[in-house]
Amino acid sequence: MLPVRPSTSSQPLIKIEHLCKSYALDNQANGSLNSQVLFDINIEIGQGEFVAIMGHSGSGKSTLMNILGCLDTPSSGRYWFSGQDVAALSGDALAQIRNRNIGFVFQGFNLLKRMTALDNVATPLLYAGMSRASSRKRALEQLRLTGLTDFSLYQPNQLSGGQQQRVAISRALINQPQLILADEPTGNLDSQTSCEIMALFQQLNREQNITIVLVTHEDDIAAYANRLIRFKDGRVIHDESVT
Amino acid sequence: MNLLTIIGESLRALRTNRLRTGLTMLGMIIGVAAVVLLISIGQGAQSKINQSIATMGSNLFIVLPGATSSGGLSFGSGSVKTLTVGDSEAIAELSLVEATAPVISGTAQLNYGANNWSTTITGTTPDYFNVGNWNIESGTFFSESEMRSAVRVAVLGKETARNLFGQEGATGKIIRVTNRPFLVIGVLEAKGQSLSGRDQDDNVFIPLTTSERQITGNQFPGSIRYMMVQAKSAKTMDEAEAEIVDLLRQRHRITGDMENDFTVRNLAAIADVATGTAKLMSLMLGAIASISLLVGGIGIMNIMLVSVTERTREIGIRMAIGANRRAILTQFLAEAVMICILGGVAGIILGISGAWIVSQLADMLIVITLGMVVLAFAFASAIGIFFGFYPARKAALLKPVEALRYE
Repeated sequence: MLPVRPSTSSQPLIKIEHLCKSYALDNQANGSLNSQVLFDINIEIGQGEFVAIMGHSGSGKSTLMNILGCLDTPSSGRYWFSGQDVAALSGDALAQIRNRNIGFVFQGFNLLKRMTALDNVATPLLYAGMSRASSRKRALEQLRLTGLTDFSLYQPNQLSGGQQQRVAISRALINQPQLILADEPTGNLDSQTSCEIMALFQQLNREQNITIVLVTHEDDIAAYANRLIRFKDGRVIHDESVT
Repeated sequence: MNLLTIIGESLRALRTNRLRTGLTMLGMIIGVAAVVLLISIGQGAQSKINQSIATMGSNLFIVLPGATSSGGLSFGSGSVKTLTVGDSEAIAELSLVEATAPVISGTAQLNYGANNWSTTITGTTPDYFNVGNWNIESGTFFSESEMRSAVRVAVLGKETARNLFGQEGATGKIIRVTNRPFLVIGVLEAKGQSLSGRDQDDNVFIPLTTSERQITGNQFPGSIRYMMVQAKSAKTMDEAEAEIVDLLRQRHRITGDMENDFTVRNLAAIADVATGTAKLMSLMLGAIASISLLVGGIGIMNIMLVSVTERTREIGIRMAIGANRRAILTQFLAEAVMICILGGVAGIILGISGAWIVSQLADMLIVITLGMVVLAFAFASAIGIFFGFYPARKAALLKPVEALRYE
């Protein structure tokens, strides 16, 4: 299991070629049917980019996010993460990439229930092999950076939506990843909080050069990004840099 | 994740659903308690039998007069006194025999002051005490010369001494045995029950000669009721038995296919049977209790499967933030094992308390050994690993994306 090295400037962080994804649908009457979700996707994303992926629901953008996050595997085509062919990696190596190189932010926050904010943020460090005490220390520092020091011992259900999403972002950042994948991160938040969260992403992108890939269907959210990719029916129909 | 972190995480997970954890653990507690309790009862019975055997004396035969027939009329075993003191003396000379003790017995009324007590009276030789593994508590056994001169001396069993004398010392006192005065020269150490449940301490021993001439009387002088024979070694018991049989057939002029007029019983063999039975009982009790442990284990598996399904999303989240298969497997396995270990400890405590209560209420001998406790504990942990593995593996094999999407 080779640890993934930070990419050099010459190679893109994410490189996808001819990527397809289809699901086998079990259907008693017609035998097995394949439902194709992604068709021949070719995307390159460089270190430090802030990309918004837009599209209607069912356009395949979430499926792409799962593949980018090494949570799912493509049916055909190739995906290089930091120059490494993901298809060649074992389950444990993928887990390690998710742990060290990628941070996830979800629409529904996906925090672990009945655990304090502090423990939620510290958990990725435990999976990285750190001791409980030092992981908590690091987590507390991370919570301070995202302005949540006072809430470190609260459980998710005692926090507001915006606070929960900040805890989730802290958790995503704890292992200093190169990539943050945010799947409709503001979908459950009011517009005021959405702006705060997006500002936080923008700050991370600008100050720490973290690559951010964001899925949204709101134009004003997508406006925070520097590049916009539009999806329709499993195909890229639009890809441009915006300033 | 290190072991301590894993244990901490699993304890936290178990705490979040206390009632369910408690009920699952109860299956384990009852199972382990049953194993500890029943095995301790079984071992108690076993050690009680072993104690009885230890008091019996080692490498013993008992030679009894056998069934005889005369002119087509058969007499029951022991109805004719075919064994004699001479037989006993001759057997004692055999190469594989250590010693013999001929016995005449009957019942006698004993008096001391206002107390009287009816008991078994045994007329025998001084060798009897050695052969039968008796120890003297106070005074002495009677001697060879007291035997020869048929002196009126008696050695009392502990229970007999207690009934006649109470707390008073018996040695040196004169008692009356069927109205003849006897000097008490010794009191034996208590032995307790024999294998057949008879109280071995309710007894009075006098020299064989004295008994024959003055107390029990004898239809045929020199005949005895039975004799104890001690073989030289436990290894040559069978050979010694053959020697005894050959000698007695020769002395009793039994030839060809005529039936023996005596019976030789190997007491060691009887003891072996008793020990074997007790062991078997112990094993069966343990096996029955193990079934309840097994049922407890299945309960754990059931609950863990439910828990894995319920927490599918949590598993997905954990995989997304970097848990590999082994981490997920260990987490759920640790929860199952923690239930078993905690339940096991509680079960051991409950089982030991239960055993103690049983020993107090039912006046039974209970034996609890460290080995047994360790065994119950190891068995409980093994059940946790065995029944926890399948649900944990199921959790570990979930696909991250499907687990995350699970509602």
